[in-house]
Amino acid sequence: MIDYTYTLLIPLIPLAVFLFTGLAGSKLKPQVSGLIGTTGLFAVTILSYLTAIRYFWTDHVAGTGYASMKAFEIQWLHLTEKLTINLGILLDPIAVMMLVVVSTVSFMVHIYSLGYMKGEKGFARFYTFLSLFTFSMLGLVLATNIFQMYIFWELVGVSSFLLIGFYYEKPSAVSASKKAFIVTRFADLGFLIGILMLSFMTETFDFRTLVSPTGPAMAQAGGATFLGLSAITWALIFVFMGGAGKSAMFPLHIWLPDAMEGPTPVSALIHAATMVVAGVYLVARLFPVYSLVAPDALHVVAWVGGISSLFAAIIACTQTDIKRVLAYSTMSQIGYMMLALGVSGYGGHDGLGFMAGNFHLFTHAMFKALLFLGAGAIIHAVHSNDMRDMGGLRKYLPITHITFLIACLTIAGIPPLSGFFSKDEILVAAFHHNMPLFIIEFAVAGLTAFYMFRLYYSIFWGKETHYHHTPHEAPATMTIPLLVLAFGSVFSGFLPFHNLVTSDGQPFETHIDYMVAVPSVLIGILGIVVATIMYRKVSGAPLKVSTGFGNFYTWAYHKFYMDEVYLFVTKKILFNLVSRPVAWFDRHIVDGFMNLIARVIERSAYLIKGFQSGRIQQYGYVFVSGTIVLVIIFIYIW
Amino acid sequence: MNILSLFVLIPVLTCVGIVFTKNMKQTRLVSAVGMSIQLILSGILVYLYLTERQAGNMAEMLFTYDALWFPTLNIHYTVGVDGISVAMIALTGIVVFAGIFASWKMEFLSREFFISLILLATGVFGFFISLDLFTMFLFYEIAVIPMYLLIGIWGSGPKEYSAMKLTLMLMGGSALLMVGLLGIYFYSAPAGGQLTWNLLEISKINIPIEMQRFLFPFTFIGFGILGALFPFHTWSPDGHASAPTAVSMLHAGVLMKLGGYGAFRVAIFLMPEAAQEQAWIFLILTSISVVYGAFGAIWQKDLKYINAYSSVSHCGLVLFAVLMMNQTAFNGAIIQMISHGLMTALFFALIGMIYGRTHTRMINEMGGLMKVMPFLGVVYVIAGLASLGLPGLSGFVAEMTIFFGAYQHTDTFHRILTIMATTSIVVTAVYILRVVGILLLGPIKNDHFLHLDDAKWYERLSTITLVLAIAAIGIAPLWLSDMINVSLAPIVNKITMAGFEFTSLF
Amino acid sequence: MTGTIPLQYFLIISTLMFFTGIYGFLTRKNLITMLMSIELILNSVNINFVAFNRYLYPENLHGHFFSLIVIAVAAAEAAVAIAIIINIYRNFRSIDVDKVDEMKF
Repeated sequence: MIDYTYTLLIPLIPLAVFLFTGLAGSKLKPQVSGLIGTTGLFAVTILSYLTAIRYFWTDHVAGTGYASMKAFEIQWLHLTEKLTINLGILLDPIAVMMLVVVSTVSFMVHIYSLGYMKGEKGFARFYTFLSLFTFSMLGLVLATNIFQMYIFWELVGVSSFLLIGFYYEKPSAVSASKKAFIVTRFADLGFLIGILMLSFMTETFDFRTLVSPTGPAMAQAGGATFLGLSAITWALIFVFMGGAGKSAMFPLHIWLPDAMEGPTPVSALIHAATMVVAGVYLVARLFPVYSLVAPDALHVVAWVGGISSLFAAIIACTQTDIKRVLAYSTMSQIGYMMLALGVSGYGGHDGLGFMAGNFHLFTHAMFKALLFLGAGAIIHAVHSNDMRDMGGLRKYLPITHITFLIACLTIAGIPPLSGFFSKDEILVAAFHHNMPLFIIEFAVAGLTAFYMFRLYYSIFWGKETHYHHTPHEAPATMTIPLLVLAFGSVFSGFLPFHNLVTSDGQPFETHIDYMVAVPSVLIGILGIVVATIMYRKVSGAPLKVSTGFGNFYTWAYHKFYMDEVYLFVTKKILFNLVSRPVAWFDRHIVDGFMNLIARVIERSAYLIKGFQSGRIQQYGYVFVSGTIVLVIIFIYIW
Repeated sequence: MNILSLFVLIPVLTCVGIVFTKNMKQTRLVSAVGMSIQLILSGILVYLYLTERQAGNMAEMLFTYDALWFPTLNIHYTVGVDGISVAMIALTGIVVFAGIFASWKMEFLSREFFISLILLATGVFGFFISLDLFTMFLFYEIAVIPMYLLIGIWGSGPKEYSAMKLTLMLMGGSALLMVGLLGIYFYSAPAGGQLTWNLLEISKINIPIEMQRFLFPFTFIGFGILGALFPFHTWSPDGHASAPTAVSMLHAGVLMKLGGYGAFRVAIFLMPEAAQEQAWIFLILTSISVVYGAFGAIWQKDLKYINAYSSVSHCGLVLFAVLMMNQTAFNGAIIQMISHGLMTALFFALIGMIYGRTHTRMINEMGGLMKVMPFLGVVYVIAGLASLGLPGLSGFVAEMTIFFGAYQHTDTFHRILTIMATTSIVVTAVYILRVVGILLLGPIKNDHFLHLDDAKWYERLSTITLVLAIAAIGIAPLWLSDMINVSLAPIVNKITMAGFEFTSLF
Repeated sequence: MTGTIPLQYFLIISTLMFFTGIYGFLTRKNLITMLMSIELILNSVNINFVAFNRYLYPENLHGHFFSLIVIAVAAAEAAVAIAIIINIYRNFRSIDVDKVDEMKF
């Protein structure tokens, strides 16, 4: 057993930074808080890379699988005789992979924000929240048990809430943050119920016990059924509901586009690269249970992923806010990952989907963070989010332009960029396991290329817009992260994921399946070509096409009215038909009943108070006649 | 001198001391000193308790002391504590301490105010240390009565109405309770021996089941009214809304816990068979409380009403857990009592502080306060997060323990109720975020608010004490949970001995 | 001696006194006359005490003691009552009992 206890520092450094800047923040100069945060994250990144290198290469005995190991664990709370909540650090391939993703993107965002947030009023607060987020996300990634994951799951939720609502004087930011928190909270309710069911059946929270092929979870296959699904399937579907909420899967996705109200680096970190893939990570964590015990639940995962990716891709083609386009694109790509997990089998080459999902998670984190940070640089230069205010920016922002183009090509799946490899593996997995889903994803690949290049051309080419201030390239603190991430987007596809991150820890062979790869590249190119024709120069084509689609376009433009549906359910039904009647009922019926009792007593008192006349002689009459009556009773009647 | 008797003696001495003070400054100084001593004493008690247990003293109650004070009815002054009461005493110590500092600027009849407040605290401390049912009841009444004066004299809004309503409803509860306690007393020696009020003595015998069936509802509802059991909770919104800050803090923070504690210690512990038979009725009522209180809170406009309904929801969860009757659920109930006590006290303290500045409690008249009073704003957000169950703060620990405890029942009835109760975490998030959004965030609605100042030192002291306690439980719950668990063992034993057949609808 | 006057005579006297007192107490409006009526009632009781003592337990003195105590208390009571009446007069400018009905609901 190799000692990895030092990994404890990885989550603890951001925590220390959070506490320090949070408590002393107002006393420090803003820049100092920023620098402390960034330095802390630098250390975290170094440690994470060190851990990754040690885990995957130097400490690894060639020819064996990658075991999962607990670097550290303490008891946190006893629940029942069997259930104990621990906090600890679990290292296994996906955890280490996520460690690299989180620390890299977070570090880049920390650097980037030094430039982007410069001069903002809440600079120190921003870094404090970023540290809190990084701490929670690392805790989530390293969780040894499902309950620890839930704990940090909630913490990332709240950091996301705080960061979306960073500009708290803006009502739209406040309502977006509320929406994000409440929608994910609703999903977390499902997660909690899932944990309750799962832990009751298996009597453990521990991931290693849960996913062990001989563990208690595996004994639960079959069993009592409800609506044709076994209890553990329901438990896993509920758990997935939590994942779907965090990962903005249809129909719990409505918070993600609004979450773009937050500062752009936050969108890059939380709402593109790390937190939103937590749902994928959760399913990947419990993958053996899903795969071996509850394949039905896995079908749900696959279909939810597939539908979300198509749904989001269609909407993304119609939006004009560049961050919203990217948000829907994120949702679509996460749908891909979910689908990959959903169509995967367990072990060996069957586990291709599992590997592909995680692979895509990794590459997506790089290129999507790059896209968001690039968008941030553009917004920084133009002071607008709307692509209709942009055009011809390639002359003003050369570095941003190049890196953005790289990212667009990557997401469109053009070889040899990283997106090609990961997406190709997903398509292969879908091709072999689920044909309808493959067709959906194939279409989405084309749509993705189309909307990304629509975005790209609208920003950097298209009409020559006149700007009030000549846009200028962002400072080095912002362009360096762009370059680093562009490097990652280009080359991360060459990582041997099939050796490192697999469903059962054993490496397997993969090769490019030309049956799938060639058509998928072609449809990507087709999407790019269509976008080039329509958007490279100002033309009437977009209008014609959009009117050609008629109502469908309007529906997509309005995001299929999902927000309205939710508003109807919450405002009209829950607030007006439940909460308001409850409040009324309480004040008027329940309390009214109590008041009624009081009033009845008061009334009856009023009726009999005449007896209390205050006249002594009247009392005397009553007294004497009462006595006489009693005497007569006692003497003659008794 | 028995350390537990000090808990009653010090507040009484403080009251006597206040009588001799000349002005508000002296009064509050004496109160602050007295209650600080009390807080330190609570700390010492926790320490002593833990060392005793560590040393292997496994007696059911520690630091016991017994004196006969009314031989005719065999009424004793019997005190003793286990982990549960120690935890409750520590809670009371903290909340009272914070409450004194939250009413630092009480200028109107300050001597009388502080005397009533500390008298109330005396009752609460006495209640938690008592092992004799009659003495316990006596202290319970001592705690309830000053409430009338505190709300009626120093309150706001329709204070006479609220004070009367609160007192009458709680007295109604006391009446039911008295019936229950007398019944227990007269059946405390079935073999014809000496009748006793002693909790531990009674727990050794079994009250005849027919009597339990009759007495349990009286005792449970009697305590339940104080614990805001639906539909007897309506004193709570009015009472809290009219009460002055410190009184709301003490009332919601500590006094309502008397209900939960009593329901657990007396009703369930002494009459487990009847509890099991009748649990389903009360489980339905408490589940309603949990969800209904949360939904009720969404629609309110007055900060104190919101918090009062939230208390109904959270206290409903306490009784819900108590009725689940297994070790985990009990543990969760106790932690929830402490957690709710701390965070609701914090809420009421903050509401009082905000009201003292803006002179309104209507949330739609306020907005953007985070900008003008960042300290209070941040603490309010922390309190809100604790209330909606954020990990790292106390509410999470309590709720999770309760849910896991409740889920241990395998029948459909309990499962459905458990899941109903869990939905409250979403609804809670809705109303908390709604308030935070309207009250603290967004643009400032009223220019007059721009000149308001942030918290003073005594307000900071009061809120930080509470925040620290909330965080301490949230971050490291194990010591508290273990302390409670050890003491739960005899109680759970008695219940398991009574057999574990749950009556349910299904 | 005891043989000459039968007990019934005493009892008849005291009963008459008692009911005269009751009648006065209930019908008179003047507080002073009401007080006098009460004295009549008390004295009727005293007569009963002494008479019963003499006829039933001549060897004991309990009845006498009781009547003495009643007399003493009646004296004290009269003093207090008159003080109250004076106060009532000061407040109400009247000692008519019908006017003194403030002690109601």
